[in-house]
Amino acid sequence: MKSTVLQQTITLVKKDILLELRQKYAFYGILLYIVSTVFVINLMIGKPDEKIWNALFWVVQLFVSVNAIAKSFMQENRGRLLYFYSLVHPRSFIAAKLIYNILLMSIMSLIALICCITFLGNPIINIWYFIGVIMLGGISLSLLFTMLAAIAAQANQNAALMAIMGFPIMLPLLMILSSVAKSSFIIVYQPGLPKLFLMLGSMDVLIIALSMVLFPFLWKD
Amino acid sequence: MAKHWWKALAVLILTYTIIAGFTHKIPIIGTNGQSSRGLYFHVPMWICMYTMFTISVVNSLRFLAGYDLRKDALASAAGGVGVFYGVLGFATGTLWATYTWGSTFTSDPKQMLTAVALLIYMAYLVLRMSISDIDKRARISAVFNIFAFALLIPLTYIIPRMVDSLHPGSASTPGFASKDTDNNMKMVLYPAFLGWTLLSVWIYTLVVRYKKLELKNIFK
Repeated sequence: MKSTVLQQTITLVKKDILLELRQKYAFYGILLYIVSTVFVINLMIGKPDEKIWNALFWVVQLFVSVNAIAKSFMQENRGRLLYFYSLVHPRSFIAAKLIYNILLMSIMSLIALICCITFLGNPIINIWYFIGVIMLGGISLSLLFTMLAAIAAQANQNAALMAIMGFPIMLPLLMILSSVAKSSFIIVYQPGLPKLFLMLGSMDVLIIALSMVLFPFLWKD
Repeated sequence: MAKHWWKALAVLILTYTIIAGFTHKIPIIGTNGQSSRGLYFHVPMWICMYTMFTISVVNSLRFLAGYDLRKDALASAAGGVGVFYGVLGFATGTLWATYTWGSTFTSDPKQMLTAVALLIYMAYLVLRMSISDIDKRARISAVFNIFAFALLIPLTYIIPRMVDSLHPGSASTPGFASKDTDNNMKMVLYPAFLGWTLLSVWIYTLVVRYKKLELKNIFK
């Protein structure tokens, strides 16, 4: 291969987006998933107050990201993975997956937000701040689950395994996100806010670094 | 026999720790009462756990460097023993919390994050069970082990120190640091660290021997 790692990455991202645009399977599947989940919540408790709204929103986000990202590796069967293995550097492969999943989760987060607002009411005061937080949350969730999906894909595409591995790691991330998001519901001074953002950012950097270093070892089959 | 002296040392030190730990005079402060004696059992458990997880991650790294299955056996043995000590540390901690914080399981960040870290390591053990191919299991679990260790340190060491916690040694609560620990207690605490760590290494070597017997067709 003459092309650089960067070019390979861009090509792979394009390929993933193209596949998605042609099939639209993941997109509409997840869309239906979000709408039905939020609708069920609406049927059960109507319009919750802001604390429960926040909690439910992040739980919806969690399951959406698990479902959306598990698909990204499951659609690659063994033959296709072997084909990529002979073509591209493993780092550009995982980088492409990370970028594609970030894009996917950003769109999904916005859709989840719109669904939650329409079905569960709108307790948000500071909407732009909240959108910023869900973008950051979407990025963190997608980074983490991409790495875990890569591990689960090696272990016979076991989706239950992804839940076992992912949920404990997810917990602190979701706790940070939901407490950061609190500021968009009520006008309140949160003393440790910059520290929480710093934690979130450093966790993302840590996960990116680990995926880049460790994925080449996972890849060999 | 010469190389087994440290096992005798472990037994001696632990006998001293248990007898002295339960009988000697300690300062009685507020709600702590006699429960401060938990210090000799609770803190060393974490030191053992960190020792084991460090051994585990180092062996995982060595495995990825040379794909030697022996290293994987070492890493998995240390991981298992580490989880065992983690559960013991958690149990002794909750016992203390029951009497001083008034609740066995509070929403204290340190307690929560430690539980999370333990769950991650339990996931490591489950991941190992789920893959039947030995080489593949070794490779994938080594990758996850490094991932888990990289999360263990911020979860149990960095974040609890940044946020407010009921646990001694956090942001605004006094800790059992060298400055504010009673001298009498230090006489037992420091040997206890050594004794429990030696015991954990002993258990680890036994588990390694068992694992090697289990896989003796591969190791020859």
